[in-house]
Amino acid sequence: MVQLTLPKNSKIRTGKTWPKPEGATNVRKFMIYRWSPDDGENPRVDTYFLDMDKCGPMVLDALIKIKNEIDPTLTFRRSCREGICGSCAMNIDGQNHLACIFGMDEIQGDVKIYPLPHMPVVKDLIPDLTHFYAQHASIMPWLETKTNAPAKEWKQSIEDRKKLDGLYECVMCASCSASCPSYWWNADRYLGPAALLHAYRWIIDSRDEATGERLDDLEDPFKLYRCHTIMNCAQTCPKGLNPAKAIAEVKKMMVQRTI
Amino acid sequence: MRFLTDRKRVEGLGSAKQGTGHFWEQRLSAIALLFLVPLFVLPFAYNLGDGYEEVRAAYAHPVNAVIAIAFFVTVSLHFFQGVQVVIEDYVHGRLGMILIIAMRLLSTLFALIGAYAVIRISLGA
Repeated sequence: MVQLTLPKNSKIRTGKTWPKPEGATNVRKFMIYRWSPDDGENPRVDTYFLDMDKCGPMVLDALIKIKNEIDPTLTFRRSCREGICGSCAMNIDGQNHLACIFGMDEIQGDVKIYPLPHMPVVKDLIPDLTHFYAQHASIMPWLETKTNAPAKEWKQSIEDRKKLDGLYECVMCASCSASCPSYWWNADRYLGPAALLHAYRWIIDSRDEATGERLDDLEDPFKLYRCHTIMNCAQTCPKGLNPAKAIAEVKKMMVQRTI
Repeated sequence: MRFLTDRKRVEGLGSAKQGTGHFWEQRLSAIALLFLVPLFVLPFAYNLGDGYEEVRAAYAHPVNAVIAIAFFVTVSLHFFQGVQVVIEDYVHGRLGMILIIAMRLLSTLFALIGAYAVIRISLGA
């Protein structure tokens, strides 16, 4: 059966409350998930207070400020701080976002930050994405051809290139897969919205010559057909993409080649 | 500890090379039921409370009888396919397999009983 409650050693406890900044008038409360593999303790939620007059507008700005000025043990991934590397995906205010491009003005009340749901946690806000990346690798995310490579480039019409819009922009942040209930229950067999969006990106590429093999690989009750069009993926995607639509297009092609 | 690589875990047993048939049939049966449900329910409701002879006469009409049998067969197929997806989603391993077999038997039994009842009433046994 699927596991609907957290195991005993994953139950979240109330953690440390750090002091409020002195003399600040515009204070905001941050409740952040903490867990370390080193101390054998259960996860906890620590409470921090920041002077918003001295903090940048994005959630990542707040996290960096906390790490720099309050608690250097707070651990999270970040790199580009402009929504292109996909490192800082986390669950903010109940939905998965990229912390770097999610403004705190969009959150009402306290800011609650957790790691991506239903993923193993490495430490604090860092999920283990090993399986997620292996699923991406399994869909052959590269141009697969049988014809000898042309002297110059593989040509593509403007119309065919347009078919890749809304697909190639994916930064593999895992927000969509971590928001998908089907992926929560069956991540071992279901490829999840991100890998399937990438699969469709290569299936629909006019230059790719492995369309049949790609569809063959996805023809499976679990790899593809666990998608029940729940649409959490499209709702949460920080880049505004629609993996559910890409998956529906794959299903349509599957039917198209049987009737 | 099994020392499996990440890729090995993802590949599992490979593609089952099926699933589209299930997906397509579930949609087709859903569309069929859009028509079959009212076509079955209307004469059923119309004869509700009537005596045996009136009901027998209604289902002696081949259109009503065929629609009723088509309804029972389609609804049990659609039910099974839907419940199979739910079981595959939430129940894993041997218990899931047992439940799927049980639901298949139950839905087939439902279709057979429905069809048998309609034929029996229709032919006036």
